[in-house]
Amino acid sequence: MPGLTTDEVTMPVLGRLDSSARREDQVAHLAEVARQIRIQDLKLVHHGGAGHIGGDFSAIDILTVLYGAVLDVSPATVEHPERDRFILSKGHVAGALYTTLATFGFLPVEELATFLQPLSRLNGHPNRVKVPGVEANTGPLGHGLPIAVGHALSAKLDVSRRRTFVLTGDGELQEGSNWEAMMAASQHELDSLTVIVDRNRLQQGATTRETNDLDPLDAKAAAFGFSVVEVNGHDHGELLDVLSAVPFRPGKPTFVIAHTHKGHPISFMSNNVKWHHKVPDAEQYQQALDELDALAPDRDARRPA
Amino acid sequence: MTLTAKAPQTGSIADEPRYDCRNAYVETLADLARADHRIVGVVNDSVGSSKLDAFKKAFPDRLINVGIAEQDMVGVAAGLANGGRIPFVSAASCFLTARALEQIKADVAYSDHNVKLCGMSPGVAYGELGPTHHSIEDLAWLRAIDNLTVVVPADPVETAAAMRWAAATEGPVFIRVSRMGVPVVYREDHEFVPGRAVTLRDGQDVTLISNGTVLWRALAAAEQLAQEGIEARVLSMPTVKPLDVEAVVAAARETGGIVTAEEATRTGGLGGAVAESVVEHHPARMRILGIPEFAPTGSAGFLLDRYGMSPEGIAESAREVLGR
Repeated sequence: MPGLTTDEVTMPVLGRLDSSARREDQVAHLAEVARQIRIQDLKLVHHGGAGHIGGDFSAIDILTVLYGAVLDVSPATVEHPERDRFILSKGHVAGALYTTLATFGFLPVEELATFLQPLSRLNGHPNRVKVPGVEANTGPLGHGLPIAVGHALSAKLDVSRRRTFVLTGDGELQEGSNWEAMMAASQHELDSLTVIVDRNRLQQGATTRETNDLDPLDAKAAAFGFSVVEVNGHDHGELLDVLSAVPFRPGKPTFVIAHTHKGHPISFMSNNVKWHHKVPDAEQYQQALDELDALAPDRDARRPA
Repeated sequence: MTLTAKAPQTGSIADEPRYDCRNAYVETLADLARADHRIVGVVNDSVGSSKLDAFKKAFPDRLINVGIAEQDMVGVAAGLANGGRIPFVSAASCFLTARALEQIKADVAYSDHNVKLCGMSPGVAYGELGPTHHSIEDLAWLRAIDNLTVVVPADPVETAAAMRWAAATEGPVFIRVSRMGVPVVYREDHEFVPGRAVTLRDGQDVTLISNGTVLWRALAAAEQLAQEGIEARVLSMPTVKPLDVEAVVAAARETGGIVTAEEATRTGGLGGAVAESVVEHHPARMRILGIPEFAPTGSAGFLLDRYGMSPEGIAESAREVLGR
């Protein structure tokens, strides 16, 4: 499968709205950014011949809201010691992260064409040494949360207001290291830490319930000392309201259970375990593009023919 | 000949007083912490076994105890480094390296986080506690990881010097900190240079390459060999990775053979590293001394002797290499 060509990288760099924008404009903007990121990510996976599109589409709305409205980090402050940190613990959705970073100007959009190509810095899992905006080299599961706890501890020692956000998969919570880290987060009262769980209820080949059921996840997180909030992980307004309002309890880290669907919103991918790392063929690719086109807010914003 | 070797005050290095390197470790860590607010300790309930009680009293906020959770400990250290701190992770080497190996690889080395991993009581220090508590595989595992400097200091002076270098240098480092008593090998003003062997004794007949708790034993072996007219070169090789290939190749070229001796597995550690260089650059006769198996019950000293690393045993291996 030939790689994506630079010509096919059509995504506009939409950037962030001014934080003084009206909430409804923010939400509409975030929805359109997320739609554009999905279109581009679909191309990456289709042309790259690999990737984790199910998990990508599950997480894109969360990534969009974080980078589009919540995180205090920009291409200009990507090295600044006081920037907010975002750690993508589910490193296999690197395609979604790269596309998001490009959308907000951390990477040249044209570079997305190199995804998974020989010697590209955009490999299947993110690399902080090579890719601006990446904070940890993740991929093996259960690593992000301990790193996030360490960062939140450093902020506390510095008496700094910088915050730490970490996105984990739900199947990933089967790794014990997460629970080690949650105990430490609670012990040290790290209220600058927000854990977001991409709760799509599917892992590589089965549901989480069939594998190692995580429920009651809210009660477990609460028992580990977290303040727990549940949101629709595809609702930009809900995500914006919750992620902008953390922490909810002083002295407590926050645990956001974001209910999502793998492959959302593509009809044949959504909530379908087969789409963990399946690559859409030409017909499926076209259908997915058509479905994303149909979600365009107006004709002018549509993808060029 | 490097001048930083300390001349024994007594007749033999074997008769010198012995020191627990953990004391030099905690004193140096406190000095570093006083001078640089970025220095923090990270432990897995190992405050006592790492002798960090005084550090905890002096810097209560800067000793982070994550509890008995090694994966979390190393991930937390990576996050602290991301936030600008210089974490010294202090934990029993067996648990630090085995239990958190993937975190060492991905969160520290591959992520290039400025973390100092300090493996306490390595090798067979916990002799009688058995192979669950021995850390003889650590050098082989860690030497295979890119972007990680692996240091095995031989005495309190070298332990302190390696720590000062590590604190002042950006990047991932692993330092083994011995508890088994060792005599002082280096002069007090010894400066640690990563990747450089130190010639502690010159000789042209055979070369003994060692580090850590076995180094003084190699020096004592050289004393014994000298009485037989065999002049052994003794190379201290504190940095297992990157290895001082030049010093190894010179030893292979200039002397009649090489004996390596270490408190670690016979495969993949210092001996393995030396053998790779010898085979690639200048094939020579070699003997690799180390711990070849899950060791039976016994103290660290007993076990080193048992596996041919008493001064007599090392001298015997040198004679074998020379065909005498």
